[in-house]
Amino acid sequence: MTILVIAEHDNKALAPATLNTVAAAAKIGGDIHVLVAGQGAGAVAEAAAKIAGVAKVLSADNAAYAHQLPENVAPLVAELGKAYSHILAAATSNGKNILPRVAAALDVDQISEIISVESADTFQRPIYAGNAIATVQSTAAIKVITVRATGFDPVAAEGGSAAVEAVSAAHDAGISSFVNEELAKSDRPELTAAKIVVSGGRGMQNGDNFKHLYALADKLGAAVGASRAAVDAGFVPNDMQVGQTGKIVAPQLYIAVGISGAIQHLAGMKDSKVIVAINKDEEAPIFQVADYGLVADLFEAVPELEKLV
Amino acid sequence: MRGGKTGITIQSKQGWYGACVRPSRIDPKCQGAVRRTMKVLVAVKRAIDPNVKVRVKADGSDVELGGVKMALNPFCEIAVEEAIRLKEKGVASEVVVVSVGTSAAQEQLRTALALGADRALLVETNAVLEPLSVAKYLSKVIDQEKPQLILFGKQAIDQENNQVGQMVAQLIGSGQATYASAINQVDGQWVVEREVDSGSQVLALAMPAVVTCDLRLNQPRYASLPNIMKAKKKPLEIIAADTLGASVKEHARLLGVVPPAVRKAGINVGSVAELVDKLKNVAGVI
Repeated sequence: MTILVIAEHDNKALAPATLNTVAAAAKIGGDIHVLVAGQGAGAVAEAAAKIAGVAKVLSADNAAYAHQLPENVAPLVAELGKAYSHILAAATSNGKNILPRVAAALDVDQISEIISVESADTFQRPIYAGNAIATVQSTAAIKVITVRATGFDPVAAEGGSAAVEAVSAAHDAGISSFVNEELAKSDRPELTAAKIVVSGGRGMQNGDNFKHLYALADKLGAAVGASRAAVDAGFVPNDMQVGQTGKIVAPQLYIAVGISGAIQHLAGMKDSKVIVAINKDEEAPIFQVADYGLVADLFEAVPELEKLV
Repeated sequence: MRGGKTGITIQSKQGWYGACVRPSRIDPKCQGAVRRTMKVLVAVKRAIDPNVKVRVKADGSDVELGGVKMALNPFCEIAVEEAIRLKEKGVASEVVVVSVGTSAAQEQLRTALALGADRALLVETNAVLEPLSVAKYLSKVIDQEKPQLILFGKQAIDQENNQVGQMVAQLIGSGQATYASAINQVDGQWVVEREVDSGSQVLALAMPAVVTCDLRLNQPRYASLPNIMKAKKKPLEIIAADTLGASVKEHARLLGVVPPAVRKAGINVGSVAELVDKLKNVAGVI
């Protein structure tokens, strides 16, 4: 049994979610190969070769893969994937974009967002906004799987010494092209990888008031998230959204400020180790999942909290 | 406008993206004709109402769906809304909605018709459907209908697979833009802004293309009573799934369902100082 893991990266650095995906692969068992498809991504391939437990790195470096367009990357993965028992990618926007195309090309079904490996063919995944956990057995010849990063503790980024093998196959479907992108700028830790997350909701009232959360986050070394209500109201950009339709986080500490706790939001954060809720409405559903609840006006409580931590 | 929010400008004619994709070599005179027959197909799913709190069956075989309120999947609603807006803008000429499932899905197709779709197709089957099977049936329908744009919701809120749109794009050999937050037609291409983990990205796609819709694409309208009445007279064709010649097979077996682990009841603290003390000395997380 050999497992192919698709590396998550931006051509410059390997994304941490790759380490969680390799951890899932290690639970399945067997040799683990990592595919780095990109352009000028030599440093990423080198980083992938150092991951503990990786036996081989395949480096497909080509202009066609520069922006990881699924029309070009999926045929590559499907072609290489025929030799593997499992193909895994992180359930990031990239992984979720590419992998179903790979599955269709291989004429197999995909299993999305697994949170645990029961055996080589049986996996657990959340359904219905995390209100049920399904155990699914796959009979597909090649198992195509996306991995929810928060379900698996990352493997060590150092310690391996895999060989890097160049893959020459170039697929350019010529039916799509990258126009441009706008990256949200932030010096704080990445939301899905942060140990502490401070999130604001509609109760923040406006985008300017998020400065209170940024100040607290900087003191804690935390990332700042938001509820869908805060994003839809235009307080913060959408890449900060935590929830079923945004990012799934499971930090050590999640501080929900002015967030009521709709099921859509809970699906994105209820696996956090410790949850703190600060809300002036004591009936807010967020208090049902909070380990520590503080019924208070956030505009008094957050600055005070910032002073005391 | 979404595009405005992120400061992305969509250039027309001689735009720089035009050079990246195989450019459309459509004679300007024909372009009007193309536009007049611009068909948008929207795939919709009957799913549990998003406001229902689901419960796992006592025997752990699945979630309890008996007597539970069903609705149009919220992301599909956004896809229908976008198709109708494209028609209102004069970009699309016809909006066709399609669903794969039991005859009960007619209800959701009627909802889509009441929102403004022109006609509906139901690929009827009582089988338990995996995403690849749905994608195969839909790709057969697409072969027959030949739309220039196929819209999907980004995922269904029941099984949360987030697969069917991408699979259809692969099966019909077209480009895809998932998690769309803005869709424009420019010079015979679809220019789509999409939400990605790190911000937003703009892609240009040759026609026909598959686009899956994210939450921020639009705010779906409500169906008015007169439109609900009118929708009853709109055409709804039922196609038996096995007549489409799709080779579907089963790959996944649901072994069981359990409720998620219940969190231990928390406590309310009286002050910020007490909160900080608990986090430092009891939970040890700061």
